[in-house]
Amino acid sequence: MATLELSMQDEVSAPIRRRRKLGLLFWLASIWLIVILTLAILAPVLPLQNPLDMDMLERRAAFSGEHWLGTDSLGRDELARLIFGARVSLTVGLIAPMIGLALGGALGLLAGYFRGRFETLVVGSMDVLLAFPPLIFALAVTAYLGQSIPNLTMILGVLGIPAFMRVARAATLTLARREFVIAAEALGASHARILLRELLPNVILPLLAFFLLGVAVTIVVEGALSFLGLGVPPPMASWGSMIGEGRDSLDVAPRLAFLPAVGLFLTVLAFNLVGDTMRALTDPRQGAL
Amino acid sequence: MLNFIVRRLLAILPVLLAVSLLTFLIASLLPGDLAYVILGDQATPENVAALRRDMGLDQPLWWRYLSWLGHVLQGDLGRSFRTGQTVLQAVAERIPVSLQLMLMAEFIGLLIGVPVAIACAARAGGAFDRFMTGSAFAMLSMPSFLMAILLIYLFAVELRWLPATGYVPFSEEPLNNLRFFVLPALTLALAEWPGIMRVLRSDMIATLQEDYIALAKAKGLKPSRILFVHALKPSSLTLVTVTGINIGRLLGGTLIVETIFALPGIGRLLVGAIYTRDLVILQGVVLLVACGFVIVNFIVDMLYAVLDPRIRHGHA
Repeated sequence: MATLELSMQDEVSAPIRRRRKLGLLFWLASIWLIVILTLAILAPVLPLQNPLDMDMLERRAAFSGEHWLGTDSLGRDELARLIFGARVSLTVGLIAPMIGLALGGALGLLAGYFRGRFETLVVGSMDVLLAFPPLIFALAVTAYLGQSIPNLTMILGVLGIPAFMRVARAATLTLARREFVIAAEALGASHARILLRELLPNVILPLLAFFLLGVAVTIVVEGALSFLGLGVPPPMASWGSMIGEGRDSLDVAPRLAFLPAVGLFLTVLAFNLVGDTMRALTDPRQGAL
Repeated sequence: MLNFIVRRLLAILPVLLAVSLLTFLIASLLPGDLAYVILGDQATPENVAALRRDMGLDQPLWWRYLSWLGHVLQGDLGRSFRTGQTVLQAVAERIPVSLQLMLMAEFIGLLIGVPVAIACAARAGGAFDRFMTGSAFAMLSMPSFLMAILLIYLFAVELRWLPATGYVPFSEEPLNNLRFFVLPALTLALAEWPGIMRVLRSDMIATLQEDYIALAKAKGLKPSRILFVHALKPSSLTLVTVTGINIGRLLGGTLIVETIFALPGIGRLLVGAIYTRDLVILQGVVLLVACGFVIVNFIVDMLYAVLDPRIRHGHA
């Protein structure tokens, strides 16, 4: 999570050449994400081979008409595993930050609006969660809970809560003093109305931009856990576990590690690019409203 | 200053307590009975019940927490039921490896990040600046395990310059020890430098717009002197905090890197404990790492207060 905070800090202090135009890279990244998402969603209906079918006679086969991207060290079709792996990485990568967004966002909004004891309690308990280096916490909890996709998603989601809480709280703190909120209070609006109708629509934008960066971080952490063999349970494919398996045949067939590595890198980069652009557009601290 | 330190110390006590409670609860509430793990599949119910009594597992939860905490406070974190080593022995044996790795990584990271940042800030917006800022952004999307695979492929498999895995203590064979550490430290450093570079670059650009820099230029000082003597020091304050924040990420990073490169450090101890379901080691190491992390953050806070007096007094 520290990566995200770093990039937020330098955005404030650097003299910024603000690009109103989104730029070519932004569109390339968006197109890549749409392609990957579509492939992942359509994976079961695409004419792919079964990603779990082993063929011991065709181990580490080269590219061919039958296996477009060859086969892995157990003779499984590489292309099918890449696409089904994308499914796993993206499922975890998208759902986990949603948990963080929903819970962290709500906590941050409430803490920033009501202040006082509640805020102290929320910030304090988040500090406790932040005391655990995220990867180590995730590892320890999966070790106890057992490896499965729902467990993995839940843990990574919980780990994201503090970061989302901070973003939501920071945005709420500045917004709650703005004229339109004071006007709503003066008109006798209830707390619920101010929170939902005045603050939430303004807080949700930076949160959504942060969400995209959260997806990138989550995909990396999921990849790291699966790479170590402690994330997605085998024989299921995830990009991380494929890189881990490919590592053993680095000397004979480096592509087995590099194909999923390229997929992972480009996807993480694309989420970072799109998220960073969105953040630059929605950052309330630049007074761009 | 003393007042400030005491206040901050009192503030981290509840955090440390909560960390210990959370670590204990994770280890105790989640499925998987420790007695079954120790005795294995062939355990009879009588054996399990006896062992549970011996280990105090039949006591209520709050009592187990308090007695565990009592032991921890006396420096007794328990003993691995697999190797017979105490948690403290195991950690003490492995901490030099992790520290050496982290120090070398941070050193190489600074070695790359600082010159690049200065060069970028000197001509902000120029071709070199745009290229390096772009590269730094791309590098931030490169997970350390990808970098490790890439480096192993290049330097160990293709070029055969460096060993991919292995370790010898520094005291026995200093040169060989460093050879084993080059790739793991480089892996971490390549993930570290973009953060260092981005922070220093933006601080330096801000400093270069100050009046006294304009004065130095007007006096006709050499640009290199202005950059290194006048601008670098006041720009490097944020770097201290960043180094502190990095430690958490480095800890996570060492876990992966130590496993990939087979370095016997804390990270590998933890992963090994997970593979063998050595719950005592796991619980002890997680507790120590989390407490260490809290204390490091505390020290960074203190350093920051020393460097910037405003923090000591206000509630900034």
